[in-house]
Amino acid sequence: MSPIFQDANRQQIANRRRKDVIIHLLFIVATSIGVLALCALIIDILMDGLSRLQPDLFTNFPSRKAAGSGMKSAIVGSIYMLIIMLPVSFILGVGAAIYLEEYAGKNRFTRLIQLNISTLAGVPSIVYGILGLTLFVRLLALERSLLAGAFTMTLLVLPIIIVSAQEAIRAVPKSRRDASFALGATKWQTVSRSVIPSSISGILTGVILAMSRAIGETAPLVMIGAMTYINFLPTSLKDSFTVMPIQIYNWISKPQLEFKELAASGIIVLLALLLIMNFSAILLRNKYQKKY
Amino acid sequence: MATATQVQAQPLISIEKLNLFYGSFHALKDVSLTIPEKAITAFIGPSGCGKSTLLRTLNRMNDMIPGTRIEGSIAIGGTELYSNEVDVETLRKKVGMVFQQPNPFPKSIYDNIAYGPRLHGTRSKQQLDEIVETSLKSAVLWDEVKDHLKRSAFSLSGGQQQRLCIARALAVNPDILLMDEATSALDPISTLKIEELAQELKDRYTIVMVTHNMHQAARVSNQTVFFLNGEVVEFSDTEKLFSNPTDQRTEDYISGRFG
Repeated sequence: MSPIFQDANRQQIANRRRKDVIIHLLFIVATSIGVLALCALIIDILMDGLSRLQPDLFTNFPSRKAAGSGMKSAIVGSIYMLIIMLPVSFILGVGAAIYLEEYAGKNRFTRLIQLNISTLAGVPSIVYGILGLTLFVRLLALERSLLAGAFTMTLLVLPIIIVSAQEAIRAVPKSRRDASFALGATKWQTVSRSVIPSSISGILTGVILAMSRAIGETAPLVMIGAMTYINFLPTSLKDSFTVMPIQIYNWISKPQLEFKELAASGIIVLLALLLIMNFSAILLRNKYQKKY
Repeated sequence: MATATQVQAQPLISIEKLNLFYGSFHALKDVSLTIPEKAITAFIGPSGCGKSTLLRTLNRMNDMIPGTRIEGSIAIGGTELYSNEVDVETLRKKVGMVFQQPNPFPKSIYDNIAYGPRLHGTRSKQQLDEIVETSLKSAVLWDEVKDHLKRSAFSLSGGQQQRLCIARALAVNPDILLMDEATSALDPISTLKIEELAQELKDRYTIVMVTHNMHQAARVSNQTVFFLNGEVVEFSDTEKLFSNPTDQRTEDYISGRFG
């Protein structure tokens, strides 16, 4: 052996390498547990629910009898809620994010607001349900309507949208704002023509992920009383409604096996919708990233 | 090469007893100087000497830094920049700026150039096409990009991006062009191209450049201003400042004894 390498401490190196391998395995185990649990869940649901995944599920209203029972009103209710929630929460959430990042002074008050928003993002959803019940259902007398539900959900997802949009906006380099201002742009021109186009993929990704969170939420809507048996489609904003997770919850709490299967098939539909939404978030992000 | 002839041009920018504070930090101290029209004026000096700060008062980019306070007079063509007569959008249209790092927008080459004119209300496609072409020609970039104007500005090399940024600044038809260490992020060949471009542009524009590189100041500028600790130590024709400086500190700096 060449004298250069003689002082190598073989024992110590062997120990270090062993530690390396052990840690590596530990991380693999950690990842596998998550993946396996998800796989088990999906397989279990597919086994229970696939047989019920038939046109009836989409075209029929729920009924007391499992045979022929569907979740048409729940699917439509979820979609209606999404349609109301999306523009409202987009405008409010992205607007607040732009204000906080671009307009608000960097002072103690702003930091206080910031802290509050981050905290709100972690508040249990049932609390939003109580707020919605007080504010929209009672105070604004919207009753147990589609509108009250959508507004409550908007409150729930707003902090998530604000925080993620802020992060996207903050990631736009200052030099890009400078370039715009140096050409004589006003604040709004800079925000609308430079900052937003540069951050839109991040903003949209956050919005879609927030929407998929809302689609899967049950608690706040239970609170405001969407927990009813609905066998019609809402025709106005003031109509009562139900959504997919509530329908699933309804079915699962019934004793008969057939309803358990129905619940499983409902979960498949909900999961598919979530998957589509998350996938479209990825597509959107890639599309804007590739463009330039 | 800087010409040996005296700078004959009219002073376009005049600065008198200008003081600038960032909070409690006194960044510019009693700065007085004039900058001639259609010539290149270089600001040199060590880091933190205030040269970039002064440059950024010329298009009021310092306004955006909270806690900035300005005293004294800074005027272009006799009009005070910090008076009510001047709106900052028009000022920045008249006084273009190129930054240290090339900072194109994540848009096409065409849309980068058209960004400025669109801000100021040019909508017609034909007019924009014309502006894009003449601006890119002025920045000697047209021949390299004319066949792919729709391509992303990020597909260009660093040197090309910086010339694109110059073209973008020229597209709003400025009188003055500020270059804030515009070549410090570029390789020597790209730097040379920008310097040649500056030489060409000075017939039509008044150029003020900040540079860390004394040789660059000596190569391209007509007039040089030497800053130290927020003060103007010396300003004169470039020839004279580099061959026969009057202040000992200038001599120490240009001979490499500090900085």
